[in-house]
Amino acid sequence: MQALLHQLLSGLANGAIYASVALALVMIFKATHEVNFAQGELAMFSTYIAYTLIEAGLPYWVAFLITLIFSFVTGIGIERLLMRRIQGKSQLTAVIVFIGLLVAVNGLASSLFTSSIKPFPSPFPSQAWYGTTYLSPHEVGMIVVTLVVLGIVFAFFRFTRLGLAMRAAAENPASSRLVGIRVGWMLALGWGLASVLGAVAGMMAAPIVFLEPNMMGGVILYGFAAALLGGIDNPWGAPIGGFMVGVLENLAGAYVVGSHLKLAVALFVIVAVLVFKPSGLFGRTVVVRV
Amino acid sequence: MTAVLELRGVDAWYGNTAVLRGVTLDVQDGGMVALLGANGAGKTTTLRAICNMGVRTRGEIRLAGQRIEGQPTERIARLGVGHVPEGRGTFLGLTVDENLRLGGYLRRDRKVASDTSKMFGYFPVLRDRLFQQAGTLSGGEQQMLAIARALMSRPKLLLLDEPSFGLAPILVQEIFRILRVINQEERMAMLVVEQNARLALDLVGQVFLLETGRVVASGPPQQIAADESVRRAYLGQ
Amino acid sequence: MTAEIPKATIAGSRPIRLGRPVGPPVLLVLAVLAPFVLSNYHVFQLSQIVVYAVAVLGLNLLTGFTGQLSLGNGAFFAIGSYVSVILMTRFGVPYWLTPVLAGAVCFGAGYLFGRSAARLEGLYLALATFALATAFPQILKLDRIEGWTGGNQGISITKPSSPLPSQLSNDQWLYFVCLAMAIALLVIAWNLVRGRTGRALVALRDHPIAAATMGVDVASYKSIAFGVSAAYTGVAGGLGALVAGFISPDSFTILLSIQILVGCVIGGTTSLYGALFGAAFIELVPDLTKKLSELAAALDFPALSLKLADSSPAVLYGILLIVFMMVMPDGLAGLVRQVRARLARGASHVRT
Repeated sequence: MQALLHQLLSGLANGAIYASVALALVMIFKATHEVNFAQGELAMFSTYIAYTLIEAGLPYWVAFLITLIFSFVTGIGIERLLMRRIQGKSQLTAVIVFIGLLVAVNGLASSLFTSSIKPFPSPFPSQAWYGTTYLSPHEVGMIVVTLVVLGIVFAFFRFTRLGLAMRAAAENPASSRLVGIRVGWMLALGWGLASVLGAVAGMMAAPIVFLEPNMMGGVILYGFAAALLGGIDNPWGAPIGGFMVGVLENLAGAYVVGSHLKLAVALFVIVAVLVFKPSGLFGRTVVVRV
Repeated sequence: MTAVLELRGVDAWYGNTAVLRGVTLDVQDGGMVALLGANGAGKTTTLRAICNMGVRTRGEIRLAGQRIEGQPTERIARLGVGHVPEGRGTFLGLTVDENLRLGGYLRRDRKVASDTSKMFGYFPVLRDRLFQQAGTLSGGEQQMLAIARALMSRPKLLLLDEPSFGLAPILVQEIFRILRVINQEERMAMLVVEQNARLALDLVGQVFLLETGRVVASGPPQQIAADESVRRAYLGQ
Repeated sequence: MTAEIPKATIAGSRPIRLGRPVGPPVLLVLAVLAPFVLSNYHVFQLSQIVVYAVAVLGLNLLTGFTGQLSLGNGAFFAIGSYVSVILMTRFGVPYWLTPVLAGAVCFGAGYLFGRSAARLEGLYLALATFALATAFPQILKLDRIEGWTGGNQGISITKPSSPLPSQLSNDQWLYFVCLAMAIALLVIAWNLVRGRTGRALVALRDHPIAAATMGVDVASYKSIAFGVSAAYTGVAGGLGALVAGFISPDSFTILLSIQILVGCVIGGTTSLYGALFGAAFIELVPDLTKKLSELAAALDFPALSLKLADSSPAVLYGILLIVFMMVMPDGLAGLVRQVRARLARGASHVRT
């Protein structure tokens, strides 16, 4: 029983990371109907930036904040300079461009930071008071930070003028223009926010999976699974999907397939959702259009 | 009296297909103008050309004397054009309240709240459904919402694309009555595209008739209605 | 002779052009003579290029016939490699037969995959195959099948030896084996493109709804296309195992699927000959960065040289994928075709 509880809670902690990645994916999908295959690599790159800042002597949370700003700007830059140019093109083209971005960012990280595995600090000390027998302080921290960030993002979209404009631009770009919204910049902002979410996920995950160029390779797969499970176009579904996938991964790993096949669990969820319920648990889009 | 909208010799294409040829029309300040014609005559295209939505244009389009052809749609909206598009363009996934707020997106002044109340005055049903998802509203209610949304930006010029489409006659009469009231109270210039010529003729002060992309007749509604050939072709008499 | 699967274009589709066949015979002669003038290492590289070419051809066929993108062909390559090696080491099947059998097994796997993924299109198919390719190495390391796959350690084989040791080195012999199979597969592909099945597949790709309403079993044809694509990739995998002499799960990461994609995009996503361009690119580019690194060192830029030596070709792959999709979506083969068309037009002008 204790072991089960441990797996559950630990799964929730991992799920926090997947929730962030999933929300980032859903945000970009809602706005562009594209899946950002490169989301994981961008998050990894941001984490390296944080690492560099911390190594340079900056306190953790300062580096954290600067990294978020960096990610925000980078996300906007990628949208304005690259993604805008493939707007009219086929889905095939878009997918290949995303893969190209994935590969290029991965290679860039290898070149700039070498592929040696580096430890990444956690801001949550291992003896902290909020650690329990079931969750390490870092795991508690992951959940709290994620919930705070998600909360801020949701409040932004729900209560601010800009958030409303972004939602409108994603839902109906033509009508948005008619009310004076600069749709292009809304997309860019969406990319910026998604990159911020990715960076948070990366910095939370790095203490656990260690910092190396391929660190997000598995995480992104869980992110896809979570986004699909929650409904690829439903921002509320993404965190729910994230936590569910986290728990599922742990339970399946502990009791069904063994810890070496955990990635296959993600694969299974992805294929199962796409084949049996493409709109996920809470989504609206029908994936196969006739 | 200055013209709020002037089109001079406007040609328009979708891709390689020419849809408008040499269209010339005016909307005076505070005026109500109808753009009539059969299906495919280019009425919707004219409105889209004014807002630069997916159509290439050549010629002059002026809003209150300022050239707007080729400007991005959102810029034209900022300059004071409110457009109720074909199909209403409602943000179906957002609430009525959010739709109205989006209509007032450009407004930074304090009168937005009172304008919202004014909208409720014109269209009381919107207050009743304020926090409902716009997609759950009936056709007529969505039409009212679309008009209210366009009005929220206090435009200089209101463009309406077939406001009667798919609506019961009583509803259409009500909406047209409200449009007349708005035009009189706010002195808001309007350009109405309509297939339902009879209703439009009652509403407006000036009519332009489009046929295969060209303006073939223009004048006060009585004059147009009196024209034998027009009546036969468009009024079914 | 341009072997091209007709592209779905908005302004009308491009018919298959049969010009004067000058290219292939020249290419063939070069291909046959090359191993005799090159070192053993370069012959090994040539073999790799041939292997990649077949794999890229597999993806080209899929993209051309279904308009779909699979990011998971690395998985079929892996299956082909493992089947080939297991047949050789466990069942004593002669080495030249194993790639063929590997191809057959992969046809079955691809067909089944096509059937089950029939509803997946475009983005979602890409996503599902991406997941497959990412998870595949883990699946290969499964304890349960470790007896067959050799688990983490992988399996080595004794590379086939030349039957004429005085005339042909082992590398040269292996190259010719690969070349022969590749040519056979290319001819089959060419016939497939021109034949009834090929035309039916293209029609299906361009008008799936119309085809379905006419009673055509769209899912069946799509599955066949997947099967063929997987078969080619499987043969490539089998040949690749022979050439490499050793396979392990980590030889088949997502990078392999991406390399095949790169080859496909650079060569031209629906061109049969483009596969050659693409394959050459994949094989030679990592060398290129190494050469550039040496050049930088020679020109006295030690820091740059170190950076280049350290960097993977990944950045270049990524940039090229992006650039090609935006600027040259038909790849190098498309470029060649455009150049030839322009020259032909120029010649006809001169005549009149």
